[in-house]
Amino acid sequence: MKALAARRHDRRAPIVLLLLALLLTGGLYAAFAPSASAAAPTSASADDIAKGKQLFQANCSTCHGPSAAGTASGPSLIGVGAAAVDFQVGTGRMPAVMDGPQVEAKPVQFSQEQINQLAAYVASLGPGPAIPTAEEVDPAKGDPATGMALFRTNCAMCHNAVGAGGALSRGKFAPNLWETSPTHLFEAMLTGPQSMPVFNNANLTPDEKRDIIAFINEQGGAAPGGLDLGAIGPVSEGLWAWVVGLGLLIGAAVWIGAKSS
Amino acid sequence: MSTTAAPTRTERLAAGTADYLDQRTGLGAAVKTFARKIFPDHWSFLLGEIALYSFITLIISGIFLTMFFVPSMTETVYHGPWASLNGVQMSEAFSSTLRLSFEVRGGLLMRQIHHWAALIFMASIVTHMFRIFFTGAFRKPRELNWLVGFTLLILGLLAGFSGYSLPDDVLSGNGLRIADGVALAVPIIGTYASYLLFGGQFPGQDLIPRLFTVHILVVPGLILALIGLHLFFVVLHKHTQYPGSGRSNKNVVGYPLFPIYVAKAGGYFFLVFGVIALMGATMSINPVWSYGPFDPSPVSAGAQPDWYMLFLEGALRLMPGQAEIVIGGFTLSLNIIVPAMIVPGVLFTALAIYPFLEAWVTGDKREHHLLDRPRNRPFRTGFGVSLLVAFLILVLAGSNDLIATHFHLSINDITWAFRVLIFVGPWFAFWVTKRICLGLQRKDRELVLHGHETGRIVRFASGEYIEVHKPLDAHERWIRVQHDAIRPLEIEPAEDSRGVRRKGYRIDRMRQRISTVFYEDRVEPVTPAELAAAHSHGEHDSLAAADAHAEVTAGVGAGVVSDGRDHLSADARDH
Amino acid sequence: MSTHDNGHEAGHDVVVHDGDALPARFENPGFEKHHPRMGDLDEHANKKSERIVVALFTISILGTLFFLIAYFVWPPGTTPVEMRRSNLALGLGLAFALLGIGTAAIHWAKALMNDHEKSEERHEQRSDDDTRAGAIEVLKDGAADSAIGRRGVLKGAMITALALFPLPIVLALIGNIGEDWNIGQLKHTMWKKGTRLTTDPVGRPVKASDVTIGSVWHIIPEGLDKEPHPLDEKAKAVVLLLRLDPRDIKREQGVGWSYDGILAFSKICTHVGCPVALYEQQTHHLLCPCHQSTFDVADGAKVIFGPAKRPLPQLPITVDDEGYLVAQSDFHQPVGPSFWERLK
Repeated sequence: MKALAARRHDRRAPIVLLLLALLLTGGLYAAFAPSASAAAPTSASADDIAKGKQLFQANCSTCHGPSAAGTASGPSLIGVGAAAVDFQVGTGRMPAVMDGPQVEAKPVQFSQEQINQLAAYVASLGPGPAIPTAEEVDPAKGDPATGMALFRTNCAMCHNAVGAGGALSRGKFAPNLWETSPTHLFEAMLTGPQSMPVFNNANLTPDEKRDIIAFINEQGGAAPGGLDLGAIGPVSEGLWAWVVGLGLLIGAAVWIGAKSS
Repeated sequence: MSTTAAPTRTERLAAGTADYLDQRTGLGAAVKTFARKIFPDHWSFLLGEIALYSFITLIISGIFLTMFFVPSMTETVYHGPWASLNGVQMSEAFSSTLRLSFEVRGGLLMRQIHHWAALIFMASIVTHMFRIFFTGAFRKPRELNWLVGFTLLILGLLAGFSGYSLPDDVLSGNGLRIADGVALAVPIIGTYASYLLFGGQFPGQDLIPRLFTVHILVVPGLILALIGLHLFFVVLHKHTQYPGSGRSNKNVVGYPLFPIYVAKAGGYFFLVFGVIALMGATMSINPVWSYGPFDPSPVSAGAQPDWYMLFLEGALRLMPGQAEIVIGGFTLSLNIIVPAMIVPGVLFTALAIYPFLEAWVTGDKREHHLLDRPRNRPFRTGFGVSLLVAFLILVLAGSNDLIATHFHLSINDITWAFRVLIFVGPWFAFWVTKRICLGLQRKDRELVLHGHETGRIVRFASGEYIEVHKPLDAHERWIRVQHDAIRPLEIEPAEDSRGVRRKGYRIDRMRQRISTVFYEDRVEPVTPAELAAAHSHGEHDSLAAADAHAEVTAGVGAGVVSDGRDHLSADARDH
Repeated sequence: MSTHDNGHEAGHDVVVHDGDALPARFENPGFEKHHPRMGDLDEHANKKSERIVVALFTISILGTLFFLIAYFVWPPGTTPVEMRRSNLALGLGLAFALLGIGTAAIHWAKALMNDHEKSEERHEQRSDDDTRAGAIEVLKDGAADSAIGRRGVLKGAMITALALFPLPIVLALIGNIGEDWNIGQLKHTMWKKGTRLTTDPVGRPVKASDVTIGSVWHIIPEGLDKEPHPLDEKAKAVVLLLRLDPRDIKREQGVGWSYDGILAFSKICTHVGCPVALYEQQTHHLLCPCHQSTFDVADGAKVIFGPAKRPLPQLPITVDDEGYLVAQSDFHQPVGPSFWERLK
């Protein structure tokens, strides 16, 4: 302790401290910067971009064009950003299987590393939203009450009050959100995939997005009243009242009316 | 009880109480009259009891809820265990609903019991009503009681809708908003009707307290009074019974009120309450905390009312918008008036007046205490099924978005399909049901004439194979031959013998036409003569052979009489 | 009332003598023979039924006890799991308490009580002629006693008085039940020239530059929370703000009502007033989740499907000096569902 105290009086101490502080800041920045996360390396290396380009050429260029500028069968990806790629490929929606009113989630075709490479390539084509950091999407850091208020106004009309999903026009639908990862929820809000509108950071700030994620995170689990019956509202309740409730009661009535043997 | 034994303490106490009461009320006469009153036994007679008992369940759980519910639209801020609403501004109504669900022990159970009981109440009213309908229990002298029951159905709808809206959540709030839109659509006075309901503009500050009074005082009071009248009529008329051996229009056969029905009906109350409690324990219903407090801006996918209002929602969804028109600067929203007023108006009016319509076209003034088997009244059964099918199509149309998501269909295609089905479906259902009824009656005739197939094959010396048929015993037969096949009305000619046109001929003619629609297609029950003929036909062979032979002709025989003049059944002519 | 256990058994066959002698219809064969239950014949079976009834009552008692214990042991707590446990335990206790009594009573009635059917006579509802005549006589006597038939003025006065007396109550009720009865309020909202568009529910003003193509914003007017009745105003004033590529806009409801591809429409459906909020950004269609009216925002919010007739009213907007979006004026037509005097 003495030695430490002595060194504090050293004339070089401020410089050492400054260096330490710089190191810490840099480290923290590396860890928490918006475009920096485990999922997407900050400085996407040229190697990643090159590998991503190869993957793109092999799997995506048929629809999106060899330079990702879009064709009749797929939109341009210039400026959609890494977030859009991570969402579309990470939920299995891309590569798309055609037919049907909308492209649906299915088993993911690529490893997370490959997805990151693809994302790096697409991000290199033009500026666009980056993949959020783990902290930005951490449900524990959001406020579910604010999230619920925002969800009700901005999301519930399509996705249902608790995110169980709902119908859109002509066979399209808004999917159930209970199994969607926080990162993908964030990215969907930010990039507005398919029918979904875009909710940029001015409309819903990153904190508000995290609040919404915190709210969704609480849904789909235990319902206080028992079985949630699909959480789709009064229609399923009515069906259960008829089938189970009235079914049991009519069964009992038949028992009462039957002659005892 | 032996007369010599000295009365026990309990017996003395009972005798003393009875004496006290009888001296002041004359109770003895009532006990003597009613204690051993006979009620017939059948499961379908218990459907109305489900309604009664779920209503009692509603009252019990409802009283519990009123102790904790605050019917006020005053804004407050919620602080409580439900995290996603903590610190949120809401009405007292909504916040007290949360409190009674999460903090009052057993409160959630009572709330869920109350809501499940409401759904069961309406469901049992409808099934009870259609039991009455299909068996013709509404016929004289019970037409008035049919109307009482019908009014109870309407009051049940009102009770349900007013209660559903009380928690002041987004889902029911949008239901009220739709109610407001419907009120506004009423020609001339619509705007005032909306102001009357909401105490000014939607949503206002008055609605929840007003609904509360309607829900816990006005409507249940009326329902209780009418249930009293309904049951009074049941006692007065004595219960109907199904046809059967020994049962006639002049008697009622069954078990005495005390002790059998005290035990059976009393026990059934506990079963109904118990099943509803089981539902309340295990199945979540109307989780208002998922919908959030009312705010006119949000709405959630799957925005639907409880099942009994769903047909209105469906009708609104099906109606194309082009119907809204402007006449002389005034807006007439036929796109709302037709589905929200005319469609339910037609459905309910048809239901309410049917007993009177049927009595009129049948020209029947007799009392009926024996029920019809639905197959023996093909028109009525078909009509009832077509009403149910229309109702069901509207219910499904009201759920079209859920059908779309669950079956991966286009909501627009579903809507179009239902737009067609609502016209085609009921007619088709009517036609199919009527054919099925006539087919079942022909099967009855077949059975009466030729007996049961025994599966025993006999070979004659001639090499002929026949299956032995076992004739029906008298009780089995009676069920199938006891009814009257009602024939179309015959009326006096337009002109009397002197060629003078008589008054009222036109109305009679119309009546006859409707009567023909009702009763033109029919199958007559087997008469003793026909049965004898069927048997004697095979007399030169064995009886069994006669049956086998008749089997062959049965395909063409036992035909439907369709011309309205020829009352001889085809089968009889065959022989 | 009579029991009929020994009701005669009718013959099996119609005796065929001669076609003419047969009755026109079959006759009621009378009551079927009573079939005794197992318990009626076997003392053991009878005892067994009794034990079942006792067991069922015991289940009920146990259910009640379980409820009482659960009430104290498992309070609703603070998490959904604890709430569900409390509800389940109390509910099962209550259900078994009730179902036990119900099944016990019914089993008792079915297995142990006398199951011989009894028959009771019915009588016509109509009173007999003498009674009817008597009733008419009584009424006539009463009418004569009151002499109402002779006193026309009195009769008229009574009927008028009875007919009029509810009026005060009806008047007072009708007069007040609609509060101010000011139906003109339906035609205006709180939007006026210069009112800023702010986000719902937070109330942040919106910069035009922040509204990107493909996005949708749920908007309330600035100062909504300062209104005396915010929900009443909100129910009329909520707006949906969207930005389209200007090349995609086919038509607008008014010249210069949009700003750089940014359009604002009333969120209240012109059908029955649900909030229309499902925006499909690829097709520019707005769908109402209540009754599926579909509006094409690129084409002046015209109805392309469903039960609504009129387009959603457009709110004319522009930007202020600081670049925030503001209203140019109120809506140019009443928002929400149609009503009779909407166009007057």
